[in-house]
Amino acid sequence: MNEFCSYCGKPTAEGDHSACEKRLSFIDPPRYCSSCARRMVVQVTPDGWTARCSRHGEITSAR
Amino acid sequence: MTAAPEQIDVLDAAREQVLERGIGLDEQQVLQVLELPDERIPELLALAHEVRERWCGPEVEVEGIVSLKTGGCPEDCHFCSQSGQFPSPVRSAWLDIPGLVRAARQTRDTGATEFCIVAAVRGPDKRLLSQVRDGIKAIREDGNDIQIACSLGMLTQEQVDELVAMGCHRYNHNLETARSHFPNVVTTHSWEERWDTLRMVREAGMEVCCGGIIGMGETLAQRAEFAVQLASLQPDEVPLNFLIPNPGTPYENYPVVEGAEALRTVGAFRLALPRTILRFAGGRELTFGDLGAKQGMLGGINAIIVGNYLTNLGRPAQQDLDMLEELSMPIKALSQTL
Repeated sequence: MNEFCSYCGKPTAEGDHSACEKRLSFIDPPRYCSSCARRMVVQVTPDGWTARCSRHGEITSAR
Repeated sequence: MTAAPEQIDVLDAAREQVLERGIGLDEQQVLQVLELPDERIPELLALAHEVRERWCGPEVEVEGIVSLKTGGCPEDCHFCSQSGQFPSPVRSAWLDIPGLVRAARQTRDTGATEFCIVAAVRGPDKRLLSQVRDGIKAIREDGNDIQIACSLGMLTQEQVDELVAMGCHRYNHNLETARSHFPNVVTTHSWEERWDTLRMVREAGMEVCCGGIIGMGETLAQRAEFAVQLASLQPDEVPLNFLIPNPGTPYENYPVVEGAEALRTVGAFRLALPRTILRFAGGRELTFGDLGAKQGMLGGINAIIVGNYLTNLGRPAQQDLDMLEELSMPIKALSQTL
């Protein structure tokens, strides 16, 4: 399980993240690293996205 | 005693004025359209679709966009997650030239004829213009002949001339909202400064792409004001966005524009701008969903952005291409734009 919410950066164990999950499934790429909650550098392209955490590396929409 | 003048129904007036003569509605008429009851929306959309077919033809212009420089913008556009003045989670990023070439290729492969290179800046500096120049050259060297548009903020005359020389055929610079509402949305520059850039773009021979965002707290009267202000600019294209309330922006808690209201807006803008390319842009996924998108395409829209946006995601391009096929709407070919 992810420790932090990729949309709001708060711990997934705290609060309701259903609205965050909806946004992530629909119109938003992840903005926060799910392991450490650092803000990631995100590049959106016409058919995907990449998100890079300075500590935990890069993830992409093709993961 | 004299009888009160008979009120002419606005859609009857539009049928004669816009459909038959190609003259857009005035501000008062646009407001009347925006105030139509829900049960008249199908009638409005049917007329707007007829107007679009009569004055623009059946083709749909498909475009892809990409952010060359993301975030860290010094301006305070209250809707924008890329402003450096708000606690948005969007961090600064630059797309390199190979990434730009790939994005252009992805866009061309959808059958799109337009590819817009966008940067979150007040206006371009030498580094950004150099990156755009190198990027356009690399896209051409990749054998990609897609039409290239740019959106790089406010320009000087010298920068306008440089973009023309680079082969940028269309320039996007949105007025965003009605002149009377603009100071509530942006305080770091004026509506008039944006207008000046658009004037220079037009005079230099580039196509003008200018639209805005619906749902930023404007009144219906201001929405009507905006439609006729756009019409007075005579833009080649108007991208119609619906607010995505993004976290960290001053508008993060604004409500999403409701579907019926959005459809009325689409129809009203088409009746104000009968000959313009009217493009579905950001926010349509949130505002309309799948069904509403089809209604919009059958209600005056004749262009779409496919794939993702700058910082938000769109529907997969194929989903939109399938929708156009289902609606028997032909995609504008590159040969028609050259």
